[in-house]
Amino acid sequence: MLLTGADIIAEVLIEQGVDTVFGYPGGSVLNIYDALYQYSDKITHYMSAHEQGAAHAADGYARLTGKTGVVISTSGPGATNLVTGIATAYMDSVPLVAITGNVPTSLIGRDSFQEVYIAGITMPITKHNFTVRSVEELADTLRAAFKIAAEGRPGPVLIDVPKDVTINKAEFENKPVEVINAEDKRLKHLEKVADLINASRFPVVYFGGGVRISGAEEELYELLHKAQIPATYTMMAAGVLGYGDELNMGLVGMHGSRTANLAVDNADLVLAIGTRFSDRVALNPNKFARRARIVHIDIDPSEIGKNVPADTSIIGDVKKVLFSLLPMVQKAEHTEWIEQINQWKEKDYKPKDNDEVLKPHQIMSAICDLAGEDAVFVTDVGQHQMWAAQYIRHIKTRSFLTSGGLGTMGYGYGAALGAAVADGGKRPIIHITGDGSFHMNMNEACTAVSYNLPVITVIMNNSVLGMVRQWQKTFYGKRYSSSEPERKTNYKAVAEGFGLTGFKCHNLAEFKDALGKALELKAPVWIECVIDREEAVLPMIPAGGSVDDMIIN
Amino acid sequence: MDKHYLSVLVANHAGVLARISSLFCQRGFNIDSLTVSATDNPEISRITIVTTGDEASFRQLRKQTEKLIETKALFPLNLRTSLLRELLLIKLRSNPAVKEKIAEVAKKYNASIIDVSVGCMVLELTGEPERVDDFLAGLDGLEIVEMCRTGVTAMERGEVTYLLGV
Repeated sequence: MLLTGADIIAEVLIEQGVDTVFGYPGGSVLNIYDALYQYSDKITHYMSAHEQGAAHAADGYARLTGKTGVVISTSGPGATNLVTGIATAYMDSVPLVAITGNVPTSLIGRDSFQEVYIAGITMPITKHNFTVRSVEELADTLRAAFKIAAEGRPGPVLIDVPKDVTINKAEFENKPVEVINAEDKRLKHLEKVADLINASRFPVVYFGGGVRISGAEEELYELLHKAQIPATYTMMAAGVLGYGDELNMGLVGMHGSRTANLAVDNADLVLAIGTRFSDRVALNPNKFARRARIVHIDIDPSEIGKNVPADTSIIGDVKKVLFSLLPMVQKAEHTEWIEQINQWKEKDYKPKDNDEVLKPHQIMSAICDLAGEDAVFVTDVGQHQMWAAQYIRHIKTRSFLTSGGLGTMGYGYGAALGAAVADGGKRPIIHITGDGSFHMNMNEACTAVSYNLPVITVIMNNSVLGMVRQWQKTFYGKRYSSSEPERKTNYKAVAEGFGLTGFKCHNLAEFKDALGKALELKAPVWIECVIDREEAVLPMIPAGGSVDDMIIN
Repeated sequence: MDKHYLSVLVANHAGVLARISSLFCQRGFNIDSLTVSATDNPEISRITIVTTGDEASFRQLRKQTEKLIETKALFPLNLRTSLLRELLLIKLRSNPAVKEKIAEVAKKYNASIIDVSVGCMVLELTGEPERVDDFLAGLDGLEIVEMCRTGVTAMERGEVTYLLGV
């Protein structure tokens, strides 16, 4: 059938199984939005306050479901407003398709109104991007975008569609969706890795977001328990291994547990699985796992040896690799090693409770108690993010959504709304933020209200940019440059101004009361938690340091 | 620090060169020269890259380039089994005193004099990069008005051994 480009976009979205898109209308995408109007029975569009919020929402939607998120924006500023969201998704390997309108092809390159070369701008922050030059190539380009976004190591793909391409007509026929299977190539070095595991006395598994993306949670569990290997994880893998698991040593790296960092430091074998030795984990690449042989398992060949050299590597889908590796790994006890680790665990940093004032760890604990095991946690970036990573009792995979690689302040609200849309009101969605991050994108409150998305926002308000200030306190002689803005924001009043409910709490009892009420409301709520500005994220290994440099108080 | 030679076959799309140079810039790879050439297949261009760096950074460069969707094949060029060529155009200041010297140098290196104007001459030389280097070193006091080198383009001897990926 002969369809306009805009209709073709809608048809391909449906063909690809997309029923939810996020975005913001504008001049260059008027035809696309007209098609979305016609197709509104099959595709639901969620409009944000700002395109960045829409990009984060599509990202949050994708992280929660594993499906590819879709975001649409107009040309020029609409497109540039997506950039932070796309870069966030790129750094954390989130499958995302961004569709941007552009000025008609006849006006491209003339500095036309709302024209920007978004394909050029997003080249380094997308897996790939396309400029569609004729309506005939539109359908297949969209299909290619979905395939690229989801296959292998996922990531964002941008498609720039000039306005005339959305009006022009072309023949369209549905095509079956290409099933993406992990490449069926022979895995190399399996036996060698199994031998290394079987011979090791002090093994450690250090795993990352790749385990979650690949859906290898069970295989990982089997491996750890069969060979009794203690494990530590990056923030991107929170929830992949249950909080209560006796082999779980907690987070690794800058704000990781002392036990995890000591274990990596003393191990004779480190199995790095679906992870990339970032500078927040391998703070000093020359000292990281210095006594260990390193085995690196990842789907992306360019990660092998990028930051820390590996002794052996297996390139492949983590789930397939672990599945093939499991029968070759012998049962083991590692009694002495586990005992050592348990001794270290006893000395791990434990903050003190206080019922008079709000303590970050108690807030997290109360959230877990009240929101229950089903809750989804979404964070912004800064101290609150680290506290959430450290003190939330992570038990479910894909339930901790956070900007790890890019560290995007302002990520949280949009992502939480995307998660709430995906979830459809079944699980509590808790958005944990700080007063710094929240001021970046709190405008998305209007979106929460428009669609009555029951996101509970917990604002950890210490009145300062806590993480910046903590570094200034520790490394810059307490010179608090631009980190103490002395804002007077009345969150309860602002919440009410947006048409949602707000609470303010000063102690744990008040917080529990407010959170309990918020959970019953099934509506968007803000809860401000007043905390002391001297609260620090501990332990901490300074950038470039090793476990020897760990700051405990 | 070694010189490395890399051949990359890419989809002949608008923007592919920008994508590759953006990648190199982003990741801080040093490029000595980069040439883009048409091939017998109109859908494929060949990019020949010369880079200086240690083995680890060359490996990263290769892997990152391989990840680009538009990269169809990629292989390092072994100097013993490859043919490397570069084209040089050089404009030299000429006057009756040095005219003969220029002709001599041109003859010695098999360069052609392709233009003679008032006050200067243009020479053309095609050859292995080392030969171009030698030629430039052998100018011995002759004044260079301007010059340009194309950078290396290369192919392997014998049968084609690479496969074009999808």
